[in-house]
Amino acid sequence: MDSKSSDTVMEPREADRLPSSASSAVKIVIVGGFGVGKTTLVRSVSEIRPLTTEETMTQASTGIDDLAGVEHKSATTVAMDFGRISLNEELVLYLFGTPGQQRFWFLWNGLFEGALGAVVLVDTRRLEVSFDVIGRLEEAGVPFVIAVNAFPDAASYPTEELRSALDLPTSVPIVVCDARRRESSRDVLISLMHHLRDHTLTAEPG
Amino acid sequence: MSENGHGWEESGPERLYVITGGREADAAQSRLDLVTLIVSREEPGVGMQPELAAILRICRSPLSVAEISAYLALPSSATGVLLDDLLTDGRVEAREPASSLPDIALIEAVIDGLQKL
Ligand SMILES: Nc1nc2c(ncn2[C@@H]2O[C@H](COP(=O)(O)OP(=O)(O)OP(=O)(O)O)[C@@H](O)[C@H]2O)c(=O)[nH]1
Ligand SMILES: [Mg+2]
Repeated sequence: MDSKSSDTVMEPREADRLPSSASSAVKIVIVGGFGVGKTTLVRSVSEIRPLTTEETMTQASTGIDDLAGVEHKSATTVAMDFGRISLNEELVLYLFGTPGQQRFWFLWNGLFEGALGAVVLVDTRRLEVSFDVIGRLEEAGVPFVIAVNAFPDAASYPTEELRSALDLPTSVPIVVCDARRRESSRDVLISLMHHLRDHTLTAEPG
Repeated sequence: MSENGHGWEESGPERLYVITGGREADAAQSRLDLVTLIVSREEPGVGMQPELAAILRICRSPLSVAEISAYLALPSSATGVLLDDLLTDGRVEAREPASSLPDIALIEAVIDGLQKL
């Protein structure tokens, strides 16, 4: 019979179990170009070993098959790494590290929806790969911060130079980090939350 | 990263079709977010569909939809279909994510939690 699938289901380790008091979760999305350190950042702050979740992206093709009258669909499987931080006994934070191919991020239903915000991880040697995602986050109204992942062989630029290169308003924080270091990655998340707090206080004073 | 070794075959179209009873996983209609927390309300029963039994087993303590998908090696939309069934029957409970328009108290709670890391 079909017992194989139940035998192969992984289970959370005892240490990875949330307390039963965990009552609500929030999420932050880590975006950025290929190989910029998204998975590294998730791994360095996560309390669980990062897990991978998949989604099948289906895009209806333009043509209709005349003979069968069936619409062709092309499906691609996209995998995303994520980690978890228990903030207190009730509140849990999930961090999603998007895969390299940017065109899928905004197709992933509910990835940005309801997210507190996003971290745009950039490599100063390849700033241009971030232009598109920054534009889309602005359009979608998702608050974000820029985190410059300081690779040793990349030149460092003054923040204001990066700001004008990325065409960002002064309200968007730009921070430098080392995604491999837990405290550094945590500080990036704290910067995002401070930004969000300022944003919220400005929007509805009092 | 695929260090969990989830192969293509495992979540191939045939397996998905069988697991979800052929229903389209309409993510847009699902009431579940990737970070909705799911908690079992009962123990898995004898002869239950293996995937449903697995969900009841791993959700003895709260788990997000994303974690359940990862452990089951299923796309999150297929997991959503299974969870919708369990929710309808009251066999699991769903704890909704915190509001998408966060208030200052929530933001402060997140900052506090991060500062303790
Ligand atoms: N020196 C240095 N290396 C880093 C840093 N962050 C990541 N790396 C290395 O850069 C490589 C790519 O990092 P990943 O975390 O896999 O990048 P990613 O953004 O998840 O990549 P994709 O998912 O393929 O887009 C790895 O070899 C990391 O060890 C950093 O802050 N400093
Ligand atoms: Mg990665």
